[in-house]
Amino acid sequence: MWVLIGIPIVVLGFALRFNPLLVVTVAGISTGIAGGMHTVDIISAFGKAFTENRYMGLIWLTLPVIALLERSGLKEQAKHLISKIHAATTGRVLMLYFFLRQMTAALGLNSLGGHPQMVRPLIAPMAEAAAVTKYGDLPNDVRQKIRANAAAVDNIALFFGEDIFIAVQSILLIKGFLEQNGISVEPLHLSVWAIPTAIAALIIHFIRLWLLDRSLAKRFDTQRGGIAK
Amino acid sequence: MISLETVYILAGLMFCGFAIFNLFDKSNARRAVNALFWGVYGVTFLFGGELPHFVTGCLAILLAVIAGTGKLGKGKSDADQPDVAAKREAGAKRYGSKLFIPALMIPLVTLLGTLTLKYTPLVEAKNVTLISLVLGTLVAFVVAVVMLRDSPLKAIKAGGQTMDTVGWAAILPQMLAALGALFALAGVGGVVADLVKSVIPLGSPLAIIVAYTFGMALFTMIMGNGFAAFPVMTAGIGLPLIVNQLGGNPAIMGAIGMLSGFCGTLMTPMAANFNIVPAALLELQDKNGVIKAQWLTGALLLLVNTALMYLFVFRF
Repeated sequence: MWVLIGIPIVVLGFALRFNPLLVVTVAGISTGIAGGMHTVDIISAFGKAFTENRYMGLIWLTLPVIALLERSGLKEQAKHLISKIHAATTGRVLMLYFFLRQMTAALGLNSLGGHPQMVRPLIAPMAEAAAVTKYGDLPNDVRQKIRANAAAVDNIALFFGEDIFIAVQSILLIKGFLEQNGISVEPLHLSVWAIPTAIAALIIHFIRLWLLDRSLAKRFDTQRGGIAK
Repeated sequence: MISLETVYILAGLMFCGFAIFNLFDKSNARRAVNALFWGVYGVTFLFGGELPHFVTGCLAILLAVIAGTGKLGKGKSDADQPDVAAKREAGAKRYGSKLFIPALMIPLVTLLGTLTLKYTPLVEAKNVTLISLVLGTLVAFVVAVVMLRDSPLKAIKAGGQTMDTVGWAAILPQMLAALGALFALAGVGGVVADLVKSVIPLGSPLAIIVAYTFGMALFTMIMGNGFAAFPVMTAGIGLPLIVNQLGGNPAIMGAIGMLSGFCGTLMTPMAANFNIVPAALLELQDKNGVIKAQWLTGALLLLVNTALMYLFVFRF
C-alpha cells in the first residue's frame, strides 16, 4: 500500500499550490523509497526517464521562429484577416479549427496543429479578434476565457480524432496489450470503434462553442443597450 | 544520418542561448537564476546521452529545486514596448498574409518529411516525425529570417522571452514522465489494480462497465496520461470481467476504454503538456484555465463512452 504514497503527495501538493516540479520530484522519490529502492537507483531512474523523454522539449525549437513572426505582426495580421469576415464569431472560428484539427488527426496528421505553433500565434488571436470586431474592446476576463477555449479546442479535437487513424500510438498500444494476453484484434476494428465517440465529441463541443457565442452576445449586446440591432 | 541525438544538440544549444540572453538581461533582477535554469536544462539536452543517468537525475532535481524556490523571474519583454507594437502593426501592413507562410511551413514540412523521409537512409526511421518537425522549424526559420530581413540572434532572444513566459511549466511533462517511470518500477499499477478489483461490485454488467470507464478516467487523471492507465485498468477489470466473464468484444472494450482515459486527460493538471503548458503559453492568469474550459466536454464524453460501451460491447 505504501507505494501509493506518491498519489496523495501529488494531490495535496497541487492543491496547496507548491511548485509542481518540486511536488512531482518529492512524489517520485517517496514512491521509490516506499517501493524499497536504493536512493542512488531512484535518482538514476529519474535521470533515465528524464533523458528518454527529452523529445517532449523539442517543440520549444519552434519558439524563435514564432517569436520572429510575432515581432513582425503575425498575430495582428491574423486579427485583421478575421475582422474582414463579417460572419466570423469566436465560436465559429473555433468550430472551424475543431473540425479541421479533428479531420486531419483522423488521417494521422497530428502535427498539423499544436499550442506553440498554431494556437498561440494564429487561432487564439483570431478567436479574440472575432469578438473584438463584434463587441469592441473586451475586458480581460473575457479575453482569458476565449484564449483558454482556443487551447481546449486543440486538445479535444486531437484526442477524439487521432484514434480513428489505425497507426496512431494509442491504437498500437491497445493492440499490443491485447496480443500479450492472447487476443488478436485488427487495428481497423479498434479505430472503427473510435468513430462514435469522435462524432459525439464534435456535437457536444460544437454546442458548447455555440453557447459560448451566445453568452458573449448576451453579455455585450445588453451592455450596449441594443446598438447591435 | 540525422538521429534524435542530433536534434537534441540543436535544442540544447538553443536553451543555452536562452540562458546567455537571460544572463545579460539587465531588466530582470533574477537573471542569474533564469540563466542557471535554462543552462542546466540545455546541458541535459547536449550531454544527456553521455552523462550517467545518476548525474542527469541530479540535474533534474536541481531544476525542480530552482523552480521550487520561486525565484524564476521574467525580464521586461520587448513585445510590450510601444515602438515594437508600432513595428508589429507596420509589419502586418507591409507583409500581409505572407506572414502565414513560414508559420504554415512548420506543419507542412513536418508532414512531407514524415511521409517521405522514412524511405531514405537520411534519418532514423522510428523518429521520423520528430526529426521532420525540427526540419520544418529550421526551414521556417530560414524563410522567416530572409523574408523579414530580421536577425537570427534577435529571434533567439525573442524566443527566450516567450520561453520565460512558459517558465518551469515547460519541463513539467518530462518530470511527470519520470514520475510515471518510478510508479512503474515501484509496482504502483499492480497495487491499484488489486484495489479496484476488491472494491467493485461484480453483480451487474453496468456496474462493471462503469467501474472500467470511470476507473480509466480517474487513473488517467492521477497518472496524467491514458497510456499508463490502460494496461493497469484493462488487466484489472477489462479482460477478466468484461471479456472473459461476460463475453464482451475486446476491440470495442479497448477502443472505448482508451477514449474514456482521454476524457480524464482533459480534466487533470497532471497532463501538463496539454493543460498547463498552453495556459502558460497563452499567458492565462489561471493555470487551470484550460481545464476549466474543457472539463465539461470531458465529463459528458465519459458518460457517452460508458453508454456506448454498455450498448455495444456485448452485442458485436
